[in-house]
Amino acid sequence: MAEISMTVNGRKVTGTVEDRTLLVHFLRENLGLTGTHVGCDTSQCGACVVHLDGKAVKSCTMLAAQASGSEVTTIEGLAQGAELHPVQAAFREHHGLQCGFCTPGMIMAAVDMINRHPEGLDEKTVRAELEGNLCRCTGYHNIVKAVLAAAEAMGGKAVKAA
Amino acid sequence: MGIEGIGARVARKEDKRFITGLGRYVDDMVVPGMKHAVFVRSPHAHAAIKGIDATAAKAMPGVIDVLTGPELKADGIGNLICGWMIHSKDGSPMKMGAWSPLAVDRVRYVGEAVAIVVAETRNQARDAAEAVEVSYEEMPAVTDAARALDAGAPQLHPEAEGNLIYDWEIGEAAAVDEALAKAAHVTRLKLVNNRLVPNAMEPRAALGHYDMAEDHFTLWTTSQNPHVARLVMSAFYNVAPENKLRVIAPDVGGGFGSKIYIYPEEIVCLWASKRTGVPVKWTADRTESFMCDAHGRDHHTEVALGFDADNRMVALKVDTIANFGAYMSLFSSAVPTYLYATLLSGQYVIPKIHCNVRAVYTNTAPVDAYRGAGRPEATYVLERTVETAARELGISPAELRRRNFIREFPYQTPVIMNYDAGDYEASLDAAMRAADYDGFPARREEAKKRGKLRGIGMSCYIEACGIAPSQAVGSLGAGVGLWESAEVRVNAAGTIEVLTGSHSHGQGHETTFAQVVASRFGVPLDQVSIVHGDTDKVQMGMGTYGSRSGAVGASAIVKALDKVEAKAKKIAAHLLEADEGDIVIENGEAKVAGTDKSLPWAQVALAAYTAHNLPEGMEPGLKETSFYDPTNFTFPAGCYIAEVEVDPETGHTDIVQFVAADDFGNIINPLIVEGQVHGGLAQGIGQALLEGCHYDPASGQLVTASYMDYTMPRAGDLPSFKVSTTNTPCPGNPLGVKGCGEAGAIGSPPAIINAITDAIGTNALDMPATPQKVWAAMK
Repeated sequence: MAEISMTVNGRKVTGTVEDRTLLVHFLRENLGLTGTHVGCDTSQCGACVVHLDGKAVKSCTMLAAQASGSEVTTIEGLAQGAELHPVQAAFREHHGLQCGFCTPGMIMAAVDMINRHPEGLDEKTVRAELEGNLCRCTGYHNIVKAVLAAAEAMGGKAVKAA
Repeated sequence: MGIEGIGARVARKEDKRFITGLGRYVDDMVVPGMKHAVFVRSPHAHAAIKGIDATAAKAMPGVIDVLTGPELKADGIGNLICGWMIHSKDGSPMKMGAWSPLAVDRVRYVGEAVAIVVAETRNQARDAAEAVEVSYEEMPAVTDAARALDAGAPQLHPEAEGNLIYDWEIGEAAAVDEALAKAAHVTRLKLVNNRLVPNAMEPRAALGHYDMAEDHFTLWTTSQNPHVARLVMSAFYNVAPENKLRVIAPDVGGGFGSKIYIYPEEIVCLWASKRTGVPVKWTADRTESFMCDAHGRDHHTEVALGFDADNRMVALKVDTIANFGAYMSLFSSAVPTYLYATLLSGQYVIPKIHCNVRAVYTNTAPVDAYRGAGRPEATYVLERTVETAARELGISPAELRRRNFIREFPYQTPVIMNYDAGDYEASLDAAMRAADYDGFPARREEAKKRGKLRGIGMSCYIEACGIAPSQAVGSLGAGVGLWESAEVRVNAAGTIEVLTGSHSHGQGHETTFAQVVASRFGVPLDQVSIVHGDTDKVQMGMGTYGSRSGAVGASAIVKALDKVEAKAKKIAAHLLEADEGDIVIENGEAKVAGTDKSLPWAQVALAAYTAHNLPEGMEPGLKETSFYDPTNFTFPAGCYIAEVEVDPETGHTDIVQFVAADDFGNIINPLIVEGQVHGGLAQGIGQALLEGCHYDPASGQLVTASYMDYTMPRAGDLPSFKVSTTNTPCPGNPLGVKGCGEAGAIGSPPAIINAITDAIGTNALDMPATPQKVWAAMK
């Protein structure tokens, strides 16, 4: 068993977990943060993406113990109270989600993508950068549109519309 | 239409919980005392079970119990069934082999459930499942449907001699043969419709809870139709009577057909909860989804299409072998018959059609309806053949289609369907304009200079949605009716709840259905709530599949609204001392037409519930129910045009443009309709270019059992789509809607393949058109 502690969505949390416990299961089962999803078990679908010390990671692909001492942000911690993060707002406005299952991972990956591209994004880059996230509902069309719109709203340079 | 009513691009009401991580899916559910289940599954495609020893597993840490097939049968749990009876052309009923929720003495596909392990934690259950010793005696397996029909092929079920489930036909074979013999030209093709795995992003899950005190079961499940699940589990699987079984399908992460069926795991989790005395939760991992969710398509087809000297179609002959996998899934039998052969007339006048379908058992996962269900297979057969015919006849594909379009409605096809409305030329024209079809030769030349082969291909699809009416489908073998229910509850303060038998797992019903209600009375959208997915809350309903929720589900709501409106008008007339016929309800008010007399909607509602002053003899309350049974299918249609560039060095295909022009009739929310088209296109393009479920023919092992092996379409594989709509309102339902959920997956595969074959100059190409296959086809 491993004793772990980390900051999740701004709150200090601790836990005792089996060594093999994945970060995603610690978040979902120990902390009840079920917005982070498991879609594939092979690090392919990205439904489990969270931010670890400010960077997007697949929480199904790291042990909870590896995250000990880190700052974790999950989809539940993205909005500022009632105010949606611009990426969340853009996904809603542009119908970038249908069943909602991939959405938390998509949004967390998109936030990270926009942060890494202060110069702005174009459609081709967004599509390439979404390589690690699968969606079966939207055909990505409106996800791409939402990410471009959010990038612009967050102060990125002029971008091409999807 | 207003800013929130029918026709408005309203952002979805349900999105808030999904974008903030507060959606509630089955795997998110926790009930006190809940334990975790893992299934022991067959590693063999075909084997006899000689014994199961769970002694070691039961002794492992945290294990509560290990349960097997013989115990399940001893408790009287029934076999899984197929609910649609098909008769072979010799009149004999389809041959259904026994399918126990846990295998008893034989396994017939890799992944078949053999035992369930219940433990304190998922990891403990997983460890113990590894320790369950099952002794198998391997048997030869067959995975290809055509091979399964060969003499001497491994036999799956004693009930189905030669692995043949049925040999069914529609139409007059002799008349079609005669017409083909006389035809001026006959185009012939052999086509494979590749097997697909649906891959909703949320894996299936079930949480079964038996309440000993009440002798009552609750099942949380990833279902598109919780009431049907309850009915089938009660009436056929002997899990519990309906009044002792509550089925809840909360937020469900996509379905595409794969969550229609009642699978072994749901049944076993409920049964295991009673056996162990604890709530039992199981969630599939992705490889289990690949192995055990019902797959789609998997047809081998030979087609012949005859033309007269004027290039008019005279007859169509289709011979299909459909792979059903190891067992008959719930609606499997209907897919390659009444959802396939009945659509083979497409958008064309074809005087004579004959289709023969042989349904075959193989040692693979069961196959059932997947987005489109039979209609993509029909469209692929017809639209590849028409495009090929145009090339052989030396006439443009658009012109050949135009010459053969159905132009007068209603139109009775030779294969049952009666098309109610359509304008196929309009969608063809719209698509050709949007694609700048006339500019293609110049683009092809330009691509050539860059060393690329550019091709263009089209597909004019028809689909039948909202399968109906109940009496007709009953006469064709359906075990259920295909109506839908709705209940509209106007609360005392005027807010409205609608309880619908439809189920949303991405379709956005909470928004579109609310738009229908808001439009009717002019109340704000946020005062309307949609309730679905719980058999304790909602009366019997049939669920969501076959693009039926708009045409059937929303029509049921309209019928209930009619009754609510009629009663509200009576109340308002009474209170306003006016004639009932003069009352108009709009903009949140009941008004006397032509006067300034009015009452706020909320006051009408309140009057219904205070009942202080109601018309003589009227019951209090304002709540109405409807069961709506449509009079016909609806017939969406459209034209898709794909433009591709193939790299002759690598065989890689780039989609440079994809245009969709769809006629869905009237549209409630264009934003949502476009989203449905985009998603359908991605799945259809995935089938055409990337996806293929592959079993090793020798061992029967599933080779494509994870996202490392099965190619899902990713953002970088797809373009942005150019979508538009034309509109011939559906005359068969009050909203004039047709359904939009499956069109993209139905129409796009032949458009893509037609474009690639145009680019590379050969017709011999099967899906998925991977670079390797395209490269080989060019050689």
